[in-house]
Amino acid sequence: MAEEKNIISLQYKVNGEDFSLAGEASSNVKKILKQLGVNPEAIRRVAIAMYEGEINMVIHAKGGIAEVNITPEQIKVLLQDEGPGIADIELAMQEGYSTAPDNIRELGFGAGMGLPNMKRYSDEMKINSVVGKGTRVELIFNI
Amino acid sequence: MRLDKVREILDADILVGEEFIDLEVVSACGSDLMSDVLAFVKDQTLLLTGLINPQVVRTAEMMDIRVIVFVRGKVPGKEIVQLAKEKDMVLLTTKYPLYTACGLLYSAGLHTKEV
Repeated sequence: MAEEKNIISLQYKVNGEDFSLAGEASSNVKKILKQLGVNPEAIRRVAIAMYEGEINMVIHAKGGIAEVNITPEQIKVLLQDEGPGIADIELAMQEGYSTAPDNIRELGFGAGMGLPNMKRYSDEMKINSVVGKGTRVELIFNI
Repeated sequence: MRLDKVREILDADILVGEEFIDLEVVSACGSDLMSDVLAFVKDQTLLLTGLINPQVVRTAEMMDIRVIVFVRGKVPGKEIVQLAKEKDMVLLTTKYPLYTACGLLYSAGLHTKEV
């Protein structure tokens, strides 16, 4: 954890090998935000959106990197992976659209709600994706 | 509704979190789809589910849900129970199927808080 001019930066490697570990980074961020005294509603929004992002990276991209920057006004979550990329972002944003395999659906995910949930809980969401190279999702939360 | 009443209605066993038996829940949600839980559920909720994997506990954690009831007599593995213990959650198991368990709690006055 680096702290500089009221900015706290956290970085996590999201392990793509084991689905049961998905969510550890979000859980840690949630704990830190609580310690910092951020309001509970904002913590919930950040935790849920980041958790969905983490799950996405594990399901689709064999993991990736999550970065969180916290200031007194704003929390920014950056999720980057080197997965297959998203061919049609507009389609991926539609509730119910999913390319997740059946074994993930059996675990209660892969219902095409991940990206829509991330948008629902964040104040701003930017997605950049290149097929064959990877995906970068930036989430901004005003607190 | 207090958890001891939930336990009585569902004839449930507590797997972990016995010390939080006086906890109060104001609504409940029955779902096997964690993404739906993440999309729509409010806090102080009890989650009823037939899924048993660590992501159920993780999902509950993100949502500030502290009580999970596993239906159809399902019992999660040690790893899941341990994770819930670390998060100060209560895990229960009931022999009733999801539909019946939800119906019993609803009839007893535990309703859904509209989003």
